Amino acid sequence: MLAPNAAYRWLAGALTRSPAAYRAFTATERAAKGAAFGCRMCGQCTLPVTGYACPETCPKKLRNGPCGGVGADGSCEVFPDTRCVWVVAHERAQREGRVADLLLFQRPVDQRRAGRSAWVSYWSGEDEDLWAPAAGTGAAPAPQARRPARKAMK
Amino acid sequence: MSGSGLRARLGSGSFTVTAEIGPPRGADPGALLRKAEQLRGWVDAVNITDNAGANVRMASWAGSLLAAQAGIEPVMQVTCRDRNRLALQSDLLAAWAMGIPNVLLMTGDHPRFGDHPGAEPVFDLDSVQLLWAARTMREEGRLMSGRALTGSPGWLIGAVENPFAPPAGFRAARLAKKAAAGAEFVQTQFVFDVAAFGRWMAEVRDLGVDQTCRILAGVGAVRSLRALDHMRTGVPGVYIPDEVDRRLRAVPDGQVADEAARICAEIIEQVREIPGVSGVHVMAPGYEHGIPGILERAGLAQRAAPARTLGGQRAH
Repeated sequence: MLAPNAAYRWLAGALTRSPAAYRAFTATERAAKGAAFGCRMCGQCTLPVTGYACPETCPKKLRNGPCGGVGADGSCEVFPDTRCVWVVAHERAQREGRVADLLLFQRPVDQRRAGRSAWVSYWSGEDEDLWAPAAGTGAAPAPQARRPARKAMK
Repeated sequence: MSGSGLRARLGSGSFTVTAEIGPPRGADPGALLRKAEQLRGWVDAVNITDNAGANVRMASWAGSLLAAQAGIEPVMQVTCRDRNRLALQSDLLAAWAMGIPNVLLMTGDHPRFGDHPGAEPVFDLDSVQLLWAARTMREEGRLMSGRALTGSPGWLIGAVENPFAPPAGFRAARLAKKAAAGAEFVQTQFVFDVAAFGRWMAEVRDLGVDQTCRILAGVGAVRSLRALDHMRTGVPGVYIPDEVDRRLRAVPDGQVADEAARICAEIIEQVREIPGVSGVHVMAPGYEHGIPGILERAGLAQRAAPARTLGGQRAH
């Protein structure tokens, strides 16, 4: 639904040029994804490959799979009343036949992008190396300096 | 490259034994030196934990140097809980510079379980990302940022995995992911349920992970019923089958430690028969002095290992 196309790319470009529009758009994104997924606005969204279970809601912010402390009933070790994000992600991936998605290597979060619109970044093509095939993990690390944060829009 | 005796041992195909020492809560090196001396000659290397359970202890790098001083090769544990990517990388470089030949990279327990539950949980990287960063430093001679290193580290890189935790059916794949990121050996969570461990190992073999990543089954003993209860309820991710529980409760109080050691030795003998298992990692928190007895009972004779010195390990 949100896959980049010409219209979205145009929208991303327009939003990037207008700080006020960018702010309004980002607020909408925050509200929508916050309600739907508990989004924390890390600005680099993995939801499409984590069964729409947000790894930022994991108390350890684990992007590459569950920790070893998951309860036998699938509960989170830190907040036992909640289910482990990765148990949820795995259930959904199994249901959709997309377990291979969970094996992708998720690169470290770029803290500079916190609070920015992940949708705009995605449509602008900035998210292309967020993840990599696990087998190629060591071969092609993306130097972090390659993706400098754009000027903060105030 | 000089360096890891553990790498050589794992490469030789001989059954490998590692153990674990928690550094002291304090600045006195004596306790750690004594624990290390008790294990010298019995194990191929010893893990030095990194604020295990999110409880403050002497740093694992210092504990590792002390273990080496006591003549036992250290495996420095490094968690992602307390340091961001700058500190993690600089600590790893420091470890190699000081002659620590093995590192074990893990996410770490959440601060909420420890003695400073209000601490900031860092988790800037996760364990898989840290493994990848370490391998990038070692094999490409550069930092995560891409900047070149002068002098590459050469550690043996290890990881941990819990074969028993949900999501069922994903734990072997998760190890495969760690192996792809850079893990050359793995130590597992406590194995008390050998059948479940065997099923996980079958998945591991199906994925071919045991070909690139040596597998050490985590085993251990408890000293008392109180320790058993703590492990059942207070340590995330440890699963103790009812049968083990029953056996420990069936003996008189004074014999619990002995029965636990017997169970541990039996488990060592059983996991040893599972294809793809390269060795065991023995954990007995607060009961390290009991480890030689367990190994002896399991038929793992004392090695005539020469004491290693820091100078001997340093690679230039």
